[in-house]
Amino acid sequence: MTLKVNRREFLKVSAAMGGGLMLEFCFPFVAQAAQVAQAAKAFHAAKSVVVTEVNAWVVIHPDDRVAVRIARSEMGQGTFTALAQLVAEELECDWAKVSAEFASPNEHIRRKRIWGSMSTGGSQGVRSSQDYVRKAGASARAMLLEAAALRWQVPLAECTVERGVITHAPSGRQLSYGQVAAAAAKLQPPKEVRLKDAKDWKIAGKSLHRLDIPDKVRGKPVFGVDVALPGMLHAAIAQCPVFGGKVQNMDASVAEKMRGVKKIVSEPGYVAVIADSWWRAQQALRKLKVEWDAGEYGKASDATIAAMLRAGLEAKDLPQPRKLGDVDAAFTAAAKVIEAEYQSPYLNHATMEPQTCTVWFKPDGFLEVWTSTQDGEASLLAAAEVAGLPPEKVEVHKMMLGGGFGRRGGPQDFVRQGVAIARTMPGVPVKLMWSREEDMQHGFYRPASLVRLKAALDANGKLLALHSRIACPSILAVLMPGAMKNGIDFTAVRIFSDMPYQIPHQQVDYAQRNGHVPVGFWRAPGQQNGFYRECFIDELAHAAGQDPLDYRLALLAANDKNRLVLEAAAQAAAWRSPLPAGVHRGLAVVEGFGSYAAIVAEVSVSAKGEPKVLRIVLAIDSGYVVNPDTCRAQAESNVAFGLSSMLYQQNTVKDGRIVESNFHDFPLLGMSEMPKVEVVFANTGGFWGGHGEPGILPLVPAVCNAIFAATGKRVRSLPLSRQDLRKI
Amino acid sequence: MLKLNVNGRNHQVDVEPEMPLLWVLRDHLNLPGTKYGCGEGLCGACTVHLDGKAVRSCTLPVSAAAGKRIVTIEGLSKDGLHRIQEAWIEHEVPQCGYCQPGMIMSAAVLLEKNPQPTDADIDAAMTNLCRCGTYLRVKQAIHAAASAVKAAKPAAAKKA
Ligand code: FES
Ligand code: FES
Repeated sequence: MTLKVNRREFLKVSAAMGGGLMLEFCFPFVAQAAQVAQAAKAFHAAKSVVVTEVNAWVVIHPDDRVAVRIARSEMGQGTFTALAQLVAEELECDWAKVSAEFASPNEHIRRKRIWGSMSTGGSQGVRSSQDYVRKAGASARAMLLEAAALRWQVPLAECTVERGVITHAPSGRQLSYGQVAAAAAKLQPPKEVRLKDAKDWKIAGKSLHRLDIPDKVRGKPVFGVDVALPGMLHAAIAQCPVFGGKVQNMDASVAEKMRGVKKIVSEPGYVAVIADSWWRAQQALRKLKVEWDAGEYGKASDATIAAMLRAGLEAKDLPQPRKLGDVDAAFTAAAKVIEAEYQSPYLNHATMEPQTCTVWFKPDGFLEVWTSTQDGEASLLAAAEVAGLPPEKVEVHKMMLGGGFGRRGGPQDFVRQGVAIARTMPGVPVKLMWSREEDMQHGFYRPASLVRLKAALDANGKLLALHSRIACPSILAVLMPGAMKNGIDFTAVRIFSDMPYQIPHQQVDYAQRNGHVPVGFWRAPGQQNGFYRECFIDELAHAAGQDPLDYRLALLAANDKNRLVLEAAAQAAAWRSPLPAGVHRGLAVVEGFGSYAAIVAEVSVSAKGEPKVLRIVLAIDSGYVVNPDTCRAQAESNVAFGLSSMLYQQNTVKDGRIVESNFHDFPLLGMSEMPKVEVVFANTGGFWGGHGEPGILPLVPAVCNAIFAATGKRVRSLPLSRQDLRKI
Repeated sequence: MLKLNVNGRNHQVDVEPEMPLLWVLRDHLNLPGTKYGCGEGLCGACTVHLDGKAVRSCTLPVSAAAGKRIVTIEGLSKDGLHRIQEAWIEHEVPQCGYCQPGMIMSAAVLLEKNPQPTDADIDAAMTNLCRCGTYLRVKQAIHAAASAVKAAKPAAAKKA
């Protein structure tokens, strides 16, 4: 496709000419209006600036710079860079000249979803787009080479390329990508391309510096909350404290007179104040007198939720996501039957950047939205729906996310609110930002759940049967009903329903019990089942009088990749070696999100019962690794995220509302509590697994198993801050 | 009108004296590098320098900052690359990056006061929270920035 400079490119140029402003790829409107106008003039004068879109992913500048378009979001996981590496690898360009920019959701819609999926979750960013992005790079390379061959009138086979420079060896002639890009774009893309073997990678597979980091350490305005537009106002929001409740009455007489206040907004589920600074909006919000109609859940509490889950465990005729053999017969014949109940609380994502969305109903009828989103397309569609506009008339500017962890994908609640609030002031950009308290109390929580596990062992302690009853709210039923299968939400039952352990009799029962607390995809949805399963397996190993590593290995098939990572972790941590006094080990293995992950944890517990996690050894097989250092960072991130939840976090419910409000009662792990993290890449190749989430799966059980080794106490409920861990 | 000196520039701002410095910086002076994370002094995302000390600007009334030297991430260095920022890039510290301006501002003060901090010194001084879990790299980068100075000193001495 030949490209005149498109609108976004134009704005990028404008911004650059307006005085070196901001991030060129995602911040087109930050320039003051006058600067834009001035830049526009300069731009029209400077006719020479032409960039070429060779295909939707690859844009080449005349000076050989390559911009790679990225459809997935960047929330710290490194996809922005990793995808650029994959494209650049196949393109054979000079990495030093590569930049990345977000693909436009509006263009995506208009060009019939040309970038595939924009959704960024489930550790899918790289693994589910690697194929087509690499092909895009390879296809562009082929077109560029062909253009050079045509220009030289030589056979294509005589042309080679290295770092963006095409050479015709017989004549010694050379052309750079920038010189042939325009001609290449007019050619037909090849019908087929061959992708490189991973062993030949020069750019992919390397720990290259992430492209987004320099701006982040300079404090550049890259995040959703940083958006600043001429004449922009700020909105603060208060949602009905009880989920599902409504505004009954509002007295704005004090608030509307406060300094800087421009508008009071009342929608069914929330009120908002628009003012000339966020703080002023928030001050006025506090002076709004709102009577809420709590609706039917005003009395809900931890006790009613616990009772709901327990009733689920007792229910009859539940859907069975897994049934092998006959568990009941096995229990009758068993030498030993072991039973335990495990449970987990609701958990907020607590992204460090609160939810935010900036919306501008422009005079020309177009709607512009800036937001930190895990799915630019979903944001666009949500905005269009609320605004009542065709999607083609909406643009979403994808900003860097100050953390995502699953919060900013499915619901798009903050986008819907942003649009509804800004609609009250057409022509004026309005930036909505939630307070931390709103963010804590209006999340889409990791579901609370309760499971009952029952195992049959034979006389040698061998595991014959496992019956797992799971009572858990469904994420999919609300956020992705189409993904429910026969009443089963796979995120609620995974890790049990797809267990690698060779157990002849298995049954999983799923009681979907939804409650009124909204649930959502929280880093590695279903990860609580890893805690349950791997701690229970440890209980069984203990009951059988066997080493937890040996016990697991005996249950895993010879070629199972779970086995390989388990062995790799055990080896790296020297599982069988003696430990210093007071240090204890635990391990766990769980597969998920395309990868296999095993952890050995080393822990000590003080006489007062305070646990300290000293060392985490993670072995992970994701098939391939595109940027090892980023994957290591993700391992560290999974450890910190998992330990925060394990040690401290829970969201409790009283009078229908979430009790916790900020980091004093929903603490995050701190610097001094961060253990050493060692990562072993145990890649076997041949498949593509993720890195954003798998690390968390075995983390909590490995640590809790180490705590058992230290104290003789089984942890069956979290967080640990509620447990007495003094040694028995 | 309050007089503020931010990153070496004088500003006059017409705001309530009780407005926290954070919001004056972000919404009135268009310096959004300083971040809001909790508004309660709990997370450190809003850390700036006030007369060379690391303070949490979300709980500091702007009136208390008037007449003092305020430095934000935007003004930490002229070219945007203080040795700490360089160490941060080298060690790939940020993940999402949201807490990092606060981390960097805290680290800068720590190294100012204690040029060769131990792990324990870093644990004690760096109470900033990071949801992404960048702590190990923060520590590495602080050590790296510290030894960069140590390495640079003898050379500088020679020149003099
Ligand atoms: S925003 Fe100031 S300490 Fe959290
Ligand atoms: S890097 Fe994301 S919160 Fe620290």
